[in-house]
Amino acid sequence: MGAAFVALPLVGLLARAPWSRAAAILSSDSSRTAFRLSLEVSGLAAALDLTLGLPLAWVLARKAFPGRTFVRGLVVLPLVMPPVVAGVALLAALGRRGLVGAWLDRAFGLQLTFTTGAAVLATALVSFPLVVLAAEAGLRSIDARLEQAASFLGASRWYLMRRVTLPLLGPQIAAGAALAWARALGEFGATLMFAGNLRGRTQTLPLAVFELSQTDPRGATVLALALVAVSLAVIVALRRRLLTP
Amino acid sequence: MSLRVDVALQREGFSLEAAFDASVDETVALLGPNGSGKSTVVSILAGLIRPDSGHVELDGIRLDDVPPEERPVGVLFQDLLLFPHLSALENVAFPLRARGAAKVGARRRAAEALERFGMAGRAGARPRDLSGGEAQRVALARTLITEPRLLLLDEPTSSLDVAARARFRRLLSETLRTFPGVRVLVSHDPVEAMTLADRLVVLEDGRVTQAGTPEDFRRAPRTPYAAELVGVNLFAGRLERLPDGAGRLVAAGGELTVAWPPQASDPTEDVLAVLRPADVSLHRECPEGSARNVFHGRIEEIAVEGTRARVRLGTHPALVAEVTLGSVSRLGLAEGTAAWASFKAVEVAVLLPQGTSTGTLVG
Repeated sequence: MGAAFVALPLVGLLARAPWSRAAAILSSDSSRTAFRLSLEVSGLAAALDLTLGLPLAWVLARKAFPGRTFVRGLVVLPLVMPPVVAGVALLAALGRRGLVGAWLDRAFGLQLTFTTGAAVLATALVSFPLVVLAAEAGLRSIDARLEQAASFLGASRWYLMRRVTLPLLGPQIAAGAALAWARALGEFGATLMFAGNLRGRTQTLPLAVFELSQTDPRGATVLALALVAVSLAVIVALRRRLLTP
Repeated sequence: MSLRVDVALQREGFSLEAAFDASVDETVALLGPNGSGKSTVVSILAGLIRPDSGHVELDGIRLDDVPPEERPVGVLFQDLLLFPHLSALENVAFPLRARGAAKVGARRRAAEALERFGMAGRAGARPRDLSGGEAQRVALARTLITEPRLLLLDEPTSSLDVAARARFRRLLSETLRTFPGVRVLVSHDPVEAMTLADRLVVLEDGRVTQAGTPEDFRRAPRTPYAAELVGVNLFAGRLERLPDGAGRLVAAGGELTVAWPPQASDPTEDVLAVLRPADVSLHRECPEGSARNVFHGRIEEIAVEGTRARVRLGTHPALVAEVTLGSVSRLGLAEGTAAWASFKAVEVAVLLPQGTSTGTLVG
């Protein structure tokens, strides 16, 4: 029953997809633009997640400080919060009239809303917890004595980080980044709210699927299947971590 | 060429005040129960913890201000702690690279070190693909690659099974014998310490309670831990004179009769008494004969060592007896059953507080 529940929508997609038009739909200008933009946005979002997430994960895993539980809760929030709400919140903070956005506009003439950068920020925010959680769990699983041994053998803090901690953490970082990337690729609500739906600038694949479904519902299934294929690829790549009980 | 340690350190709930020496022609074992401060001393020697006061001096040079990576100290860790993501060669090269050596030169020296340990063919192997013995050689090569002046073995065999432990001990013993510097072994395992070290330094609660050769310890252990270490019974208490020329030692766990030492005043406090387990006889029935000390109690534990068995008795005071395996079966001794123990008063070596000792010396 449960398995059928998950399989049914997928079968529906496969059954309704207009296979004769598939090539045309996938190679249309708007699809190709959306696909390219999606890769760009999700890639940048994953990179941003790693840049901000790894130091935070290290602090959460290794430093005891008052309010650590609070910070961890805050980090998990985007994972459980509706993406649309994340988009609204980003608008309130960084929009043209937002808390920080208004100041950015005044001081630098910088407007984030409706730019590719906004799409990156929105997708990065919702996928951020995945990187932090994976990296923190990984850091906790490293045998602390290995790091201590490295210090005994003369490794400085940075050398230890570079030659021991990060390499040992490699698989977890990769898994976290892959999940974050997949999540970013599928992001819809926050992107739509904060970045809008501008072809070539903020219209990523999920937005393109939505737009196409208004005018050509069957054509949309083809794009949808392309997204499913990417999700499947991530599952296959991470099968050892995700599928082994 | 020697090591002089005299350090003090205060942490929440723990204080360390340790002083000991080690010269180049001996292996010194730093022994102590868990939590005695051994690992703190290791960290101080390696430079990872700075003592509040005092000094570490190696070959006449104070190491206090020398950072860990510049200290001529090589550490061999419990569980070896090879880096699982690095090959054997990269593991051995690690201390050199951490000290800023160029990759090529470090790898060449690491390869030479592996060759000396007969591991040239395994340079590319990851630690998980190495056998236990191979991993030990790689770890030793890594410890010695920086040509340290002080070799620190930190609980090297404690997590191995008995057979592997004996094999590794042979390799360690060989390494210690040929190492041209100061050797310190840190351990809580008396067998490891006695087989590898020439001199023992016992650390308890952050203080050195006794130092000396294993022979010194066997003859006159100063604390219950030291007595346990060398496997003898130790009693501490007040010595009182008995009318017939013998003495009674009133110890915390019970009383026993000893030969009266002529120099003793009556009574004498803080007297230590040592009894070899082999001098304790065991019986099924209450023994008749000349032994002045007869106790009855439950057998708590029987530990077999080779052809002998050490029997721990819940008598008052508690006793350890050492008997042959033949006696164990002949007397039908089993854990949980009751038995009688006896020993003669003259077999107890009495150590008076001033250090004057009398009685039968055990050896």
